[in-house]
Amino acid sequence: MKISKLLAASAALTIAALPALAQDTGAPVPDKGDTSFMMMATILVLFMILPGVALFYGGLVRTKNMLSILMQSTVITALVMVIWVLYGYSFAFGGSGTYWGGLDKLFLKGVTMDSTAATFTDGVVIPEYVFIAFQMTFAAITAVLIIGGFAERVKFGAVVLFMALWVTFVYFPIAHMVWGEGGLILEMGALDFAGGTVVHINAGIAALVGAMVIGPRIGLGKDMMAPHSMTLTLVGAAILWVGWFGFNAGSNLEATGGAGLAMINTFTATAGAILAWALIEAMARGKASMLGGASGMIAGLVAVTPAAGSVGPIGAIVLGALASTICYYFVAVVKNRMGYDDSLDVFGIHGIGGIVGAIGTGIFTAPGLGGTGGDDYSIMGQTLIQAQGVGITIVWCGVVSFILYKIVDVVIGLRVSEDVERAGLDLETHGESAYHY
Amino acid sequence: MKLVIAAIKPFKLDEVREALTEIGVRGMMVTEIKGFGAQSGHTEIYRGAEYTVNFVPKVKIEIGVADDMADQVVETIEKSARTGKIGDGKIFVLDIEKAVRVRTGETDDDAL
Repeated sequence: MKISKLLAASAALTIAALPALAQDTGAPVPDKGDTSFMMMATILVLFMILPGVALFYGGLVRTKNMLSILMQSTVITALVMVIWVLYGYSFAFGGSGTYWGGLDKLFLKGVTMDSTAATFTDGVVIPEYVFIAFQMTFAAITAVLIIGGFAERVKFGAVVLFMALWVTFVYFPIAHMVWGEGGLILEMGALDFAGGTVVHINAGIAALVGAMVIGPRIGLGKDMMAPHSMTLTLVGAAILWVGWFGFNAGSNLEATGGAGLAMINTFTATAGAILAWALIEAMARGKASMLGGASGMIAGLVAVTPAAGSVGPIGAIVLGALASTICYYFVAVVKNRMGYDDSLDVFGIHGIGGIVGAIGTGIFTAPGLGGTGGDDYSIMGQTLIQAQGVGITIVWCGVVSFILYKIVDVVIGLRVSEDVERAGLDLETHGESAYHY
Repeated sequence: MKLVIAAIKPFKLDEVREALTEIGVRGMMVTEIKGFGAQSGHTEIYRGAEYTVNFVPKVKIEIGVADDMADQVVETIEKSARTGKIGDGKIFVLDIEKAVRVRTGETDDDAL
């Protein structure tokens, strides 16, 4: 097909995707406030990945594996970003299919600095490049979150290959189904404001499957595997909290009261979750730990992610506390009982927190509980829809991730040798030590 | 010549050093070590994973002394490092076969 025809077709599709254009005399122009806001939000999400997740995870592993976390975080981010602009954006947002967005925006064809993307308000748009960049950071952070499931024992090359395949066959389709025009889960009426399913449940399930496929670390239960730096872990967690305002409030796509609601929810849910985890731990173990505090923080943030735009600030506190309670149970009891080594609790916090948040959104969006509600809002009805969205995500992600892990295992091999695992990934894989003292 | 090796509680190091300086000891080697004796370790819990840390941080002092100083040095360390609680440490005395001062080449008692 000639380039000119392809450009014309994508231009037509871009315009057709803007509801505002229908009868107006001129194309809507982005507001400078909205644009600045979205640009800042995008940068905040990048900050969440590097160094947010990198340090949060890095502090939790042993010294000899610190660089493997930092390196995987860095390289996966770059990899997913490149893939995003090559075909990821097209697969996720390029069209209005049920399961994917198609090929119309491959290599960002047709997008110029004057192109615009729709928001939730008719007639309000933001520059499409900004929207592309914003969503790009979401894809990257989802991939990076997964590495916690198989930390301290995975082959670097295997991780890179797996992530390229995973974003292609899991992230892009699910992002489209939940957020893209015509997407299956969107059409069902499921609410996922900032990515409880797309980002957190996805990452959690992929990490769980990975942990089970790759097997537990050598010496689990016997060797000392305590975090090498709880200080850095807290630094990372705090960066995540700050960056999450870009993640949640930015998902409003414009700087309005809706973003303000997402912002305050991102405060209150997190606060409720921190207090709940600390309290539970103090009661269960006699001491409230910093790791518990940081875990509660993340659990609350994850849970409020799908809910940020539609629940009320007080309901958000309860949602956060609920997430901490259930995540605590999975992290402290279920994981040990079932025997899977989800090393950095990606499933326990992101997966479970995401599930609690996604289903909890159905409950706490109710006007009676302080939420924004909707036409003929019914808690039962919406919660059922939420559960269906969660179910589809879990099944799709679980099955496809499993297949991809197996493929990568055959092609490269997932796990390092016992010698390498004992010596530490940093020296063997990257030829470096994180610290010299 | 005797080598006095003492394992003491870390916070006692300054007190021991001052006491030894007062009796004329002009050098020592200090290492941070882990150990246990009667004193037990502690438990750390990270999200449901429990680790028992059996070793307690201590400080090891090694001093080469002339034979006639050895007893006094041992007694000085013992008194200044004692708290009366479990974990105070131990002192051992070994024979030194040879000693050399690197700067001048002096040997044995001249090196101490």
